[in-house]
Amino acid sequence: MITTTLETVPGRAIREHLGIVQGSTVRAKHIGRDIAASFKNIVGGELKGYSELLSDARQEAFERMIAQAQAKGANAVLNVRFTTSSVAQGASEILAYGSAVVVE
Amino acid sequence: MEFLAQTWQVWLVVLLLLLGYGFGRLAERRHYRSILRREAEMADLIVVTSKTLPESLANGTKAPETALVMGSVVISVDYFKRFVARLRMIFGGRVHTYESLVDRARREALLRMQAEARKLGARMIFNTRFETSSISKGGGDAVGSVEVLAYGTAIVP
Repeated sequence: MITTTLETVPGRAIREHLGIVQGSTVRAKHIGRDIAASFKNIVGGELKGYSELLSDARQEAFERMIAQAQAKGANAVLNVRFTTSSVAQGASEILAYGSAVVVE
Repeated sequence: MEFLAQTWQVWLVVLLLLLGYGFGRLAERRHYRSILRREAEMADLIVVTSKTLPESLANGTKAPETALVMGSVVISVDYFKRFVARLRMIFGGRVHTYESLVDRARREALLRMQAEARKLGARMIFNTRFETSSISKGGGDAVGSVEVLAYGTAIVP
């Protein structure tokens, strides 16, 4: 499975367009992390716990998108985009989406 | 007694401000030093936002491999910066204390993306995108932090 933020795969023609595929996940931070983060909030700096949490979540959203693309019989996802939105206080939704295609 | 309780709160705020100012500045300086050092190391890995590959790359004898790369970071604001920003919000204008925060986060995310691309042996990164979100909308005393994600397509020659 090829994933790219470009609109084409260099050197390979697009055989078939299979439509948009997406994967998303909603994650909440647990309270322990929140307490550690509130200390960091006084002195500033990177919140490693949140960084990890979000990259895990993004990985999951990404994998769900890939799974959907595979189910459609695609071998590449073009023009991949990520968005993040906070649905509620302390929870964020991560969405990955792109165009599933069949390339040579 | 009431007076004592009030002064206690004032001292706490002053203490938090001093802590935020001291440690926040220290952290920021250290972070900027590290960013500048790594940016110099990554200078030869070109990052662009253009979507199309140059002719020489797209129509070469061998099409290059591509890979999706990303880097993200969550950076928290310190107490002092937030205090200054709140004051600023009364009068309006540039919030310098937040500008440096977002700048650091963005450059750090970019560097992490570049580091991932370098591991794959990439030469360039195309169609790079940034995405910024606040973790919690900073309501009241909620955690005020910003997440930046940088992602793009690494071209492996």
